[in-house]
Amino acid sequence: MMLKIILNKENIARFIFLAAAYVAVACVILICVFLFTQGVPPIAKIGLGDFLFGEKWKPSQNLYGILPMTLASIYTTVGAIVIGAPIGILTATFLSYFCPQWLYKVLKPMVNLMAGIPSIVYGFFGMAVLVPFVSYTFGGNGKALLTASILLGVMILPTIISVSESAIRSAQKSYYEGAVALGASHEISVFKVILPAAKSGIISSVILGIGRAIGETMAVVMVAGNQAIIPTDITRGARTLTSNIVIEMAEATDLHRAALIGTAVVLFVLVLIINLLFSVIKTRRKHV
Amino acid sequence: MENLTQENKNIRINIEDLNVYYGQKKALNAINMEIKENEITAFIGPSGCGKSTLLKCLNRMNDLVPDFNMSGKITLDGEDINKKYNINDLRKKVGMVFQKPNPFEMSIYDNIAFGPRVTGIKNKDELDKIVEESLKAASIWNDVKDNLKKSALALSGGQQQRLCIARAIAVKPEVLLMDEPTSALDPISTEAIERLCEELKEKYTIVIVTHNMQQAKRIADKTAFFYIGELVEFGETHDIFKNPKEKATHRYVKGKFG
Ligand SMILES: Nc1ncnc2c1ncn2[C@@H]1O[C@H](COP(=O)(O)OP(=O)(O)OP(=O)(O)O)[C@@H](O)[C@H]1O
Ligand SMILES: [Mg+2]
Repeated sequence: MMLKIILNKENIARFIFLAAAYVAVACVILICVFLFTQGVPPIAKIGLGDFLFGEKWKPSQNLYGILPMTLASIYTTVGAIVIGAPIGILTATFLSYFCPQWLYKVLKPMVNLMAGIPSIVYGFFGMAVLVPFVSYTFGGNGKALLTASILLGVMILPTIISVSESAIRSAQKSYYEGAVALGASHEISVFKVILPAAKSGIISSVILGIGRAIGETMAVVMVAGNQAIIPTDITRGARTLTSNIVIEMAEATDLHRAALIGTAVVLFVLVLIINLLFSVIKTRRKHV
Repeated sequence: MENLTQENKNIRINIEDLNVYYGQKKALNAINMEIKENEITAFIGPSGCGKSTLLKCLNRMNDLVPDFNMSGKITLDGEDINKKYNINDLRKKVGMVFQKPNPFEMSIYDNIAFGPRVTGIKNKDELDKIVEESLKAASIWNDVKDNLKKSALALSGGQQQRLCIARAIAVKPEVLLMDEPTSALDPISTEAIERLCEELKEKYTIVIVTHNMQQAKRIADKTAFFYIGELVEFGETHDIFKNPKEKATHRYVKGKFG
């Protein structure tokens, strides 16, 4: 009798769902524990101020300032969003409200394919096409912050397009009908009524894009030039937080290695702050 | 005497030999009718008989349906709505209120101002005035006047529907189409909207689809009974309910089927 109650289908299903949810939570907790136990002590040793705001990263001289990398990460990500978000959102709008059926059948699989391309391939594309292009247009060797931004802008497109598209499609059709029934044109109905209704989904797509851009490593290493100096010019090279870790991790030891894990902590906190910021903006908007 | 004044009313909409197809399926068959100004015309009939289809022909909402096809002619003030009018201009003249209230995800004010803004009105004072007038006309001004910046979605169902009526009125239409505007509402909101319709008919031509026989009896001047795509009977509401000529009408209004 007892066993029957415990083993009934509902309980088993509930147990499986719960277990799955706990696996995800456990992963996040484990990552946090690892990052903070390994990354916080070296930061304390270097000094929080010197670490975060130090302008020189010279492990050979025991200088571990990551400001150049933090700035490079922020700049490339902002650049990627400036380039990728408008294109992505407009593409999603086009796909859901303007695209003829036959074209959709061509474009949609392409967007999905874009999402599946490994970042190293994007990196090659960047080296072969974008680097020469930037070099030709702006001078220099072409490995620059701008190059990385453009490449990241392209790389975040599939994320922004698919999340925005589903947000736009799930905005109620009745809004659209209501708008055209008032004599609004197709374009006005879509841009003034449907897009605002899909706003929170579109914002989520941009957050995901930011997450993807700030965390991207391989492709950025290949086109950004990777100089660990404060970026002052978008047509010059720069080194992001992720690049810093991947470039030096192999030969780093002791404090140098620990400082790289500290770099990862900063990256993690940065992503956390961005997520928090957006959820604050979102909830505030809702309550007005 | 009363009959005389009725006959003097102008014909706003004229429907001639209208056939409507969705793909292969015929939804309306050889419809002929006249809709007069300053009257409420009710469409009644069992589900699927084509009431909404006819209503949506009048402001060309059916143009959104990919396999929609029609033959015949619909005129507004003598002009063919499919030829003479730009579709957006037509819809400004022929407003629509939907079965399910569909306020936009924006503030109450912006909902009402949407239509006027589309027509190019930008002046703040002018917009304020239109918003106030429209909300008053839809008798919802007192409910919302202190909360115009609040989201329209926070209103109750009945308030949302009145907001939608206000939104339709704000573009100053001449004809107002309503597809079962009270079917999702409680009796009190329903009564408010019915009273509203009777006030509005002084200025507008109103066509209302309803499943509620009592509602048609209460507010409609003319009633049209549809059955499987055919207009079975059309005339004074009083006659349709008291002395229907057709057997099907009789059975329907007595609640025998549908
Ligand atoms: N978009 C559409 N595509 C295909 N067929 C449709 C479409 N809209 C309506 N129809 C069909 O046309 C016929 C008439 O539908 P309509 O919506 O006009 O009925 P109705 O009288 O309004 O019914 P109800 O009282 O249930 O709202 C129905 O058989 C319906 O299936
Ligand atoms: Mg209907």
